[in-house]
Amino acid sequence: MAKKEERVKLLGFWISPFSRRVEMALKLKGVPYEYLEEELPKKSPLLLELNPVHKKVPVLVHNDKILSESHVILEYIDQTWSNNPILPQDPYERATARFWAKFVDEQILPAGFMPLVKPEKGIEVAIEETRELIMFLEKEVTGKDFFGGKTIGFLDMVAGTMIPFCLARAWECMGIDMISEDKFPGLDRWIKKLNEVEIVRECIPPKEKHIERMNKIIERRLELDHSTIPMEKVEVTSAMTFKMSLVNSCVTFKMSVVDTRE
Amino acid sequence: MATGDVKLIGSWASVFVMRARIALNLKSISYEFLQETYGTKSELLLKSNPVHKKMPVLIHADKPVCESNIIVQYIDEAWSSYGPSILPSQPYDRAIARFWAAYVDDKWFIALRSILTARGEEEKKAAIAEVEERTDHLEKAFIDCSNGKPFFNGDHIGYLDIALGSFLGWWKVVELDASHILLDETKTPSLFKWAERFCNDPAVKPLMPETAKLAEFARKLFPKPEA
Repeated sequence: MAKKEERVKLLGFWISPFSRRVEMALKLKGVPYEYLEEELPKKSPLLLELNPVHKKVPVLVHNDKILSESHVILEYIDQTWSNNPILPQDPYERATARFWAKFVDEQILPAGFMPLVKPEKGIEVAIEETRELIMFLEKEVTGKDFFGGKTIGFLDMVAGTMIPFCLARAWECMGIDMISEDKFPGLDRWIKKLNEVEIVRECIPPKEKHIERMNKIIERRLELDHSTIPMEKVEVTSAMTFKMSLVNSCVTFKMSVVDTRE
Repeated sequence: MATGDVKLIGSWASVFVMRARIALNLKSISYEFLQETYGTKSELLLKSNPVHKKMPVLIHADKPVCESNIIVQYIDEAWSSYGPSILPSQPYDRAIARFWAAYVDDKWFIALRSILTARGEEEKKAAIAEVEERTDHLEKAFIDCSNGKPFFNGDHIGYLDIALGSFLGWWKVVELDASHILLDETKTPSLFKWAERFCNDPAVKPLMPETAKLAEFARKLFPKPEA
């Protein structure tokens, strides 16, 4: 249990899965903390002071100790407060949890967002490639309630914040049913189980607000690099703005086509 | 000390494989080293690491463990009563070691590799500047972590020493390739002295490849475009 003098602060951002998973860990351990919301993309002087190397959330401050990088923070929380363990006890199971957590953030995230927003190889290929990666996780969770077994653990927190409560909302905006029940019965069940856990429900961005924000993020990404969007031959006569809507999608986005003639 | 069925799939030239081997040496664990042939991937590698198809893979009692830093932690935890601790004992010190080890891989190594893959002088200069800036961060990290002791981990080499130190062979090779000192005695004096101590550690010395041999291998891996 926390001593009376313990002070825990968390700098976070409401839609960041990295930040949300730290909240989940603190709540699981029953650690009281002060939450400071960063209004990204603007970075506060406090954030820049506490995380000069990466300038990113989450940052955990525990008394005089400053920690960043979500996986590092989760392990720190697990070792500092020993109740409700997050990582398994067995070394091999720990290694497995760490491996898949790294896989989620370093493989599934890069494949599951930008290549779908800007599908250079075609949307079907991008979806298939993402599904192939997700299939690895399907195998890991099949036959279990959670990756952690009977209760949520490290990988549930990492994968849970990233996939159903972050990427899936982007996929919804794009009209993609990525983790369909027939293809991924294990993960589908896992997501339903996650939704039953109070701590999880408390630590996920509210859906409607999240979808609204996700739409804006997708729009901004497209506007930033319109030159890579494959376009039908369009005669460019002057700067034009036009709307397109993706089939089966709730996204409407604007593209500015700039006059490229000499 | 025989400790049962331990195999390691790897290559003499790989930084990441060296990390696992140093950790096994520290714990005095005997293992069968399965050297991969350059340009091919063995069936065992593909079967043991279907996700990434990369080395190192540690196979302990037929169970594969992948990703070098995860393997090093596994070795420390599975053989916790053997030899010195690889990770620090205090949660905060462990967190700092993990933070900087991730920085080495995600930021520092990427910059170092950019020097080898740079096209033209401008790109090379930019890559060198980035490596110097990031090495400077590591110098400060060393001063903070070591607390006046010889290694990041204190009196003995540990997780972060292994994470960064395994690069020392390639660090020299990139220096030669760039014709530019990248571990400077005057700019980063603590790291400079640490590097020598690390390379002389008995767990490391037999594993560090000769610079000339590694440089020749580098030319195969990173062929220069025709002039």
